[in-house]
Amino acid sequence: MLRIGRLAPAVQEEGDIKIGDIVSGAVLAGLGVFIIVEARGWEYIGPDGPGPGFFPLWYGIAMVALSVLLVGVSLAQGAAVPGKPVNWREVGRVMMAWAGLALCVGLLKVLGFALAFGLFTFFLVAVMYRRPLGTAIAVAVGTSVTFYLLFPLALNVELPIGKLGF
Amino acid sequence: METLGYLLHGFGVAISPMNLLWCFIGCFLGTVIGILPGLGPAATIAMLLPLTFQMNPTSALIMLGGIYYGSKYGGSTTSILLNVPGESASVVTCIDGYEMAKKGRAGPALGIAAIASFIAGTFGVVGLMLIAPPLAKFALAFSSPEYFGLMALGLAMGVLLAGESMTKALLAMLVGLWIASMGTDLFTSTSRFTFGNSEMLDGVDFVVVAIGVFALGEVLGNMEIREGTQMLPVPKGWRNLLPTWQDMKDCRFAFVNGSVVGFFIGVLPGAGSTIASFISYGIEKAVSKHPEKFGTGVVEGVAAPEGANNAETGGALVPMLTLGIPGSGTTAILLAALILWGLKPGPLMIQDNPQLFWGLVASMYIGNVMLLVLNMPLVPLFAQILRLPVYILYPVIFGISIVGVYSTSSSLFDTWMLVVFGLLGYLMRKLDYPSAPLILGLVLGDSMERALRQSLMMSQGDLSILVSRPISATMLFLTALILFAPLFKKANAWRIKAIS
Repeated sequence: MLRIGRLAPAVQEEGDIKIGDIVSGAVLAGLGVFIIVEARGWEYIGPDGPGPGFFPLWYGIAMVALSVLLVGVSLAQGAAVPGKPVNWREVGRVMMAWAGLALCVGLLKVLGFALAFGLFTFFLVAVMYRRPLGTAIAVAVGTSVTFYLLFPLALNVELPIGKLGF
Repeated sequence: METLGYLLHGFGVAISPMNLLWCFIGCFLGTVIGILPGLGPAATIAMLLPLTFQMNPTSALIMLGGIYYGSKYGGSTTSILLNVPGESASVVTCIDGYEMAKKGRAGPALGIAAIASFIAGTFGVVGLMLIAPPLAKFALAFSSPEYFGLMALGLAMGVLLAGESMTKALLAMLVGLWIASMGTDLFTSTSRFTFGNSEMLDGVDFVVVAIGVFALGEVLGNMEIREGTQMLPVPKGWRNLLPTWQDMKDCRFAFVNGSVVGFFIGVLPGAGSTIASFISYGIEKAVSKHPEKFGTGVVEGVAAPEGANNAETGGALVPMLTLGIPGSGTTAILLAALILWGLKPGPLMIQDNPQLFWGLVASMYIGNVMLLVLNMPLVPLFAQILRLPVYILYPVIFGISIVGVYSTSSSLFDTWMLVVFGLLGYLMRKLDYPSAPLILGLVLGDSMERALRQSLMMSQGDLSILVSRPISATMLFLTALILFAPLFKKANAWRIKAIS
């Protein structure tokens, strides 16, 4: 078991570091630098007042400053402040569900909403929640049909249509 | 007298059959999502937002408002029966509510929660009705510098929603500002942060971010574990839900405390209903003749926080409807809804749209009565929702999210953005970054930049315009105070530590 934003226990003995805060701080610092670089390419002050680069430049600078502060504080705290434990199995479950969602969205153009969403629901019920195949098929078909009846037919809401025409 | 006339006009709007139906649908959905753990009003309103685009704005606001305050009623049911808050504001209700249920007093606990919610919810509407119009009149004198100051103050107070780390809340807010500035700059038509993608020229749709961060982030977070929690038995028959006369007598002060504390904390942007319920519970315990019994299942421990989180909704609508400043994630989404419907939230909104404001106020009186009926005799029926398996509920939420986003723009690109923002919402939760400041930054970012640029145009680039006008100077001073006070506090703590 690891800890949130922390290294494995063996590494913690050498220095308890909040990895989550440091990594997210570094990513946000990078984003801040990107914002500053982009903003510098736009007009800062023009004849009519502040240009499109004025506001982004300042919040970009603020982002870099706060990210550095977050990383600095996390490093300074070190082992003194204990972190919350993280269960990588739980994170793995979420990542699996998210990947399923991404695949479902990727298949919308090819299979259409009804089929792609039905397959995604089947995956959630059968794989993520380990229900019997019969239950998974029933839930997948039931939700897909209900969505189809409710949105395109009853409420006239447009849904992605696949190569099969539905 | 003028207020009474407007209120009667509002009732004329609210009691039309269609608006009554929307009010009922909102209250019903609010109760349902309040009961369901892991699905809050912000996520639900975000998911349903696309469906309201074809509705009349007054009816749509009446329905979304019903979801907002209805969820506060429903949240107590889960706290009392499951010891899991159905809604974040009902966390405190778990303390004494669940203990009452364990002692076989689930019925009176549910009953007193509904009564306290009704009394305080109604008090909140009275407060909204009396305070909002004069505040809006005062704000009519505001110009761009005052608006900039007000938005800076609103964002700073939003940071109070920060949870443990103010730095993380500020960073989340800055990410919101960044997303808000994506697309074409309205002043110069310059493309900003579009990554060369023509679909980004209109910016990122608010609905995509709200549904992704709130709804998908919440559901993905809940999917970490496979099973739910065991529910305590629900009392059968509505007579078993009625609190005793002694219960009502014990709760007299709790009703007043919850109403007043909840409303005034609600008016402060950023404080929120969770804080209101904690403070109200703390006051109740402090003034109680038997504080040692709190936590063992005392009825006042349910009435005070439940009252506070309901009165807070009326209070939270005051800055949103009069100044265009949302105080929480949910009111930020409601504010965005007003903008998406083509309205201009701010001091002129009540004056320009009296049927919308007074229709909402009147519907809230009616909605509170509906909710009392829904939550007293029908609560055993609603509690059955907790038996709905998560493997049915979660796919439905995923489906509504995809349909909601796709129906707004008919763009598969937006559904991809939804997937990305869903992951962002989950990661923010996991890494303890609060999502409300991101939404506040996103909603206010555009208007804030516009107000700043207009102010500097007025002064020909001279920044002193922001501090030379008394109202904007006061607001910016308060903003600085909010942002820097924790630093002074920390520096003082270090100084004391160094001396000792």
